[in-house]
Amino acid sequence: MSFITGVGLTSFGKHEGSSSLDLMSKAAQLAISDAGLQRSEIDGILCGYSTVSPHIMLATVFAEHFGIRPSYAHAVQVGGATGLAMTMLAHHLVDAGVAKHVLVVGGENRLTGQSRDASIQALAQVGHPDYEVPLGPTIPAYYGLVASRYMHEYGLTEEDLAEFAVLMRRHALTHPGAQFHDPITIADVMASKPVAKPLKLLDCCPVSDGGAAFVISRERIGDAGVRIRGCAQAHTHQHVTAAPALSELGAQIAIAKAKTVSGVAISDVRYAAVYDSFTITLAMLLEDLGLAKRGEAAARVRAGYFNQDGEMPLNTHGGLLSYGHCGVGGAMAHLVETHLQMTERAGNRQVRDASVALLHGDGGVLSSHVSMFLERVR
Amino acid sequence: MSGKLADWTTGAESIVYQSCAACGAAQYFRRSFCAVCGAPDPQEKRASGAGTVYATSLVCRAATPETRAHVPYNIVLVDIAEGFRMMAHGENDLAIGDKVNARFAQFAGRLVPYFQKVK
Repeated sequence: MSFITGVGLTSFGKHEGSSSLDLMSKAAQLAISDAGLQRSEIDGILCGYSTVSPHIMLATVFAEHFGIRPSYAHAVQVGGATGLAMTMLAHHLVDAGVAKHVLVVGGENRLTGQSRDASIQALAQVGHPDYEVPLGPTIPAYYGLVASRYMHEYGLTEEDLAEFAVLMRRHALTHPGAQFHDPITIADVMASKPVAKPLKLLDCCPVSDGGAAFVISRERIGDAGVRIRGCAQAHTHQHVTAAPALSELGAQIAIAKAKTVSGVAISDVRYAAVYDSFTITLAMLLEDLGLAKRGEAAARVRAGYFNQDGEMPLNTHGGLLSYGHCGVGGAMAHLVETHLQMTERAGNRQVRDASVALLHGDGGVLSSHVSMFLERVR
Repeated sequence: MSGKLADWTTGAESIVYQSCAACGAAQYFRRSFCAVCGAPDPQEKRASGAGTVYATSLVCRAATPETRAHVPYNIVLVDIAEGFRMMAHGENDLAIGDKVNARFAQFAGRLVPYFQKVK
């Protein structure tokens, strides 16, 4: 058994003058305080990576900086799936008795710590060094390729994709910590500058500064318990050139395994937190996970299904697309928001029922997947 | 490994793939073994350059000064007749399903495969 006992999240956007360690520390302190723990009670640390400040031992660098001496610590790197992969590992670590309270932390000054070009270039290196990178692709181009094929096979339009950008922005407007506070329309998305066709600027998540953290514990603390019911991964490829057919993508494999290990069905889920680096990522993952039929996710957005007051509230903080994306911490914000919803602390964003939640993370170019079910226990 | 053939990744006007004698699999990323069955020394072969467009993305925002000079450029995935998929450049108006042939072009100081629609 494992419980998420505390969460912490900074605002995303510009944190001028803050280092990656500063942002990690800020989020970590918030999470530990939220759990009602002393920092000396943390006996395990898992952290992600920072493209601005790479280090071969980031977890110990962080532990020393933050001022704790854990009995278990190392970094984890699975791209955008890192946050949920760390949570899955923490779940197994506390379940196995290796640690009592594992701090999971990610944070990066990705926006102000380097130029946007440097950021785009660093991320493009997930491509194959000999067979892809020399062609000058960017992350949006990798996803643009995926989008062109998915649209071709399932009849999605650019207007369909725009729905997801508008939905995430509408949710972000209700969160003071989000990077973007201006409403956008389908027409705004359609008129935004092409980045890597069919993807336009507003189909893409921004680059942000920010940090997020949680504490995963063996026992619950306090009244509101959020238990990890079960989780699973799938890794089908690294490079988009080597990706399997759209009908064999990792999200479907990961969710099938997660359903088996947790005994949870999609029909039990009341809240969804799904990785949304690009509009196409969100559209595909919702359909891969079974939260919409093939080619029908956009219609569900239009019908209000994923609204805060809809049947399946989705990324009510605004997601990567509009809360922001600071690297590892980016998708961790999805879990922080889920926790707030499950413990009825989401304020003006509170949904009716978040008793069972589905989270899904994606790293690389739909390469690495983690699916996870959380359940509220009283 | 049996005879390594020069290809575009090393500046030669050629697309090379590997073919496994044991299981028959074709692979594009060069290795000293077959990634499907693990058999050693897959045979290197030159591809004809004929294929079908699988996906396209026209890059309008590049990240380096060298690549920015070429904007917009079309990144394509092509299913090659010999049974593997590759990433390359192509004509800006290529569509999924188009039958294409490979030529080669200069891009950011390097030789890259460039696919044109079969007329």
